[in-house]
Amino acid sequence: MTVVGVVGAGVMGVGVAQSLAQHGHEVILVDQDEETLATARALITRNCRMSGLMGGPALDPGAILAQITTAVGVGALAKAAVVIENVTENWEIKRTVHESLDEVCASDTIFIANTSAIPITKIASVGRHPDRVVGVHFMNPVPAKPVVELIPGFHTSPETVERTRELLLSIGKKAVDVKDSAGFVSNRVLMLTVNEAAFLVHEGVATAESVDEVFRGCFGHPMGPLETADLIGVDTILYSVEVLYEHYADSKYRPCPLLKQMTDAGLHGRKTGRGFYAYNS
Amino acid sequence: MTDTTITAEILAFVKGRFPQAEFSAADDIFSIGYVNSLFAMELVMFIEKAFAITIPNDELRIDNFRTAAAMTDLVTRQRSAVLVG
Repeated sequence: MTVVGVVGAGVMGVGVAQSLAQHGHEVILVDQDEETLATARALITRNCRMSGLMGGPALDPGAILAQITTAVGVGALAKAAVVIENVTENWEIKRTVHESLDEVCASDTIFIANTSAIPITKIASVGRHPDRVVGVHFMNPVPAKPVVELIPGFHTSPETVERTRELLLSIGKKAVDVKDSAGFVSNRVLMLTVNEAAFLVHEGVATAESVDEVFRGCFGHPMGPLETADLIGVDTILYSVEVLYEHYADSKYRPCPLLKQMTDAGLHGRKTGRGFYAYNS
Repeated sequence: MTDTTITAEILAFVKGRFPQAEFSAADDIFSIGYVNSLFAMELVMFIEKAFAITIPNDELRIDNFRTAAAMTDLVTRQRSAVLVG
């Protein structure tokens, strides 16, 4: 059992916290305000109830929540042996959080940045201990996805990588080693695919339903790119594409205006009840 | 509320989300290819809200949600359990 701090109680943080608790770890889940944490606890309860239905093990929500302490602010993470940061994919926010973590945590704490696009070396440069910072790209929904990308930064020590791999194995995740590069493997491909799919809808070439049906029916994908966007969060997709655009300074990553408009309009996908599709909330 | 009304409401919800697909009450909606397990979660939330029931955790099995007929049985069971209780 390891005491693991989870920063950010959004879609990813909630999934990471549940996965850790399910496998017997003690979790301290932190965010900026009590309201977000209350929503997170309700989400964990719901996800545990639905676990069997989604092909996972039957879970008792009360037993899982008993393993998770929630708190406002990173100050609560002083005793965490490992901290997994899952805040918004925005550099200023990530930078501020990693600066605070560096001040609060013990001298042997490992910092895992759960990011889908920001280079790990850049995140590690914020604190005084870049050897103890490593990237893990978890997939959503976290409890249901058995594989993650494991990304050492330039200065990450082999010990940090191995301790992280062991923690991941203990929660049933196989780590695929990937070198540090904005977007890693998964999102260099996925984000461009989703962005291009959004352009097809934006230009009126096809509806979201038709785009997704092509991917399911022709390629055998279990979900189309726009259903996937709704699951990940349309706002998160936009931020990830913007990170790639900024990092590579390559116009092939230009974000589709429709993603910007949907983000501004609050059409963020499943989490807000509407994205490319409408959901019953 | 009759079984027929319950089935009709459930079918209307499924068809509202997947307008391009044809479903009858006896069709396995997960085998047709449009629907994935995430939709099962939406079905649970829809049914609990529309029919004012809380489905017990041990009834949250995929077989209870495969067809509109199975979901109707589930709703009827829970509503009679509430009435008896």
